[in-house]
Amino acid sequence: MNKPRLTREQIAQRAALELPDGATVNLGWGIPNLIADRVPSGRTIYFHSENGILGMGPRAKPGEEDPDLVDAMKVPVTLIAGASFFSQLESHMMTRGGHLDVAVLGGLQVAENGDLANWKVPGAKGSGGIGGAMDIAVGARRLMVTMEHTAKDGSPKIVKRCAYPVTAIECVKTIVTDLALIDVTREGLVLREVAPGWTAEEVQQLTEPKLRVAGAVGAMLA
Amino acid sequence: MKNKVCATVEEALAGIGDGASVMFGGFGGAGFPYHLVAGLARLGVRNLTAISNNCGRGDGELSVLFRNVQIRRVVASFPGPDARDFQEQYAAGKVEVELVPQGTLCERMRAAAAGLPAFYTPVGVGTEIAAGKEERSFNGRRAILETALSADFALIRAQRADRLGNLMYRQAARNFNPIMASAARVTIVEVAEIVEVGALDPEHVMTPAIYVDRIVQVAGRGA
Repeated sequence: MNKPRLTREQIAQRAALELPDGATVNLGWGIPNLIADRVPSGRTIYFHSENGILGMGPRAKPGEEDPDLVDAMKVPVTLIAGASFFSQLESHMMTRGGHLDVAVLGGLQVAENGDLANWKVPGAKGSGGIGGAMDIAVGARRLMVTMEHTAKDGSPKIVKRCAYPVTAIECVKTIVTDLALIDVTREGLVLREVAPGWTAEEVQQLTEPKLRVAGAVGAMLA
Repeated sequence: MKNKVCATVEEALAGIGDGASVMFGGFGGAGFPYHLVAGLARLGVRNLTAISNNCGRGDGELSVLFRNVQIRRVVASFPGPDARDFQEQYAAGKVEVELVPQGTLCERMRAAAAGLPAFYTPVGVGTEIAAGKEERSFNGRRAILETALSADFALIRAQRADRLGNLMYRQAARNFNPIMASAARVTIVEVAEIVEVGALDPEHVMTPAIYVDRIVQVAGRGA
């Protein structure tokens, strides 16, 4: 199917709608990072950065960068009112300890039971690295994954079981892709919305596990 | 009271020999002990075990120690695909790597600092990280056993120290520095400013002097 899908920015925009006013939120790299600039107006989000910031603001303007104030991607940022600094140890008390309301991470694969694989591609060159992803995935009260629905070869990224090395087990609550918004529940995957112009059946064809439909399926960003 | 203030970087690094284990503070360049690391490179000590979040960034940070083939083993969370010198050494089989989730890395150092030999964590359960580790369940929640991680030396950066070694950090340059200060047997800190004892408000001390052994004032970031 060559119909248009959501862009990365639109995936981020749809995910941003899920963030409640006042929430503490950690954003991973990739598509999740695009969420920071797409918070619906009127909502205040307290962004957490694993290197010891709560209340991270927008990227610093050119000429106003402070090398001691960077985010987890090492990009200079600003702060919002009510921000705080703390050590990396305390930062991971917040992640692992279940204090963050929402975390949004990228994904290589998400399994039917909520297992997430996003840290290692087998056969990739180099030492690899984990960073804070495992801690964040385990502890977030609500873990959302934003990713393309299919891999470059067209195969589903939402699978029965992860073939890629797992980051954390049974942790994902919501998947937002360029084709769908899906909740992960104890009873299986529930399809809530599809990209404009797509049907539930078409999305099912590109998804390995069975998708349940509960009532009417909405359109993303309608 | 022992004098902890060193006149030079070389004096601050005295006693670090071949085979030492060294923790390096910093994240994304913020809080990285650039001057101490440059000094360590000049010292030429080899076969080091390095404990650090990253293994260099481009040509900078720890990269010089890999270029000089001074590190033979690394305990890290995210070595970095752009840590060219490290990745070259790794590909050539010249450096061993133990990858640790970032929060677990912090907690292992904290355990060492706190006199705890080990702890259980849910992070890593069901993943490659769990290989070879004991697993237990607590209230139905699976967890794996991780052990304390200490080091001979910690090289850290702070913004301000008093002559006793009480430390204050600046913004996100804090990151790993306080934990490493407490987890290593000898803590060496480079600072922008040294003040007299009594000048730091006890309410605002971020790392108490008890953890700090040597202080050296440096000019600029050194990056």
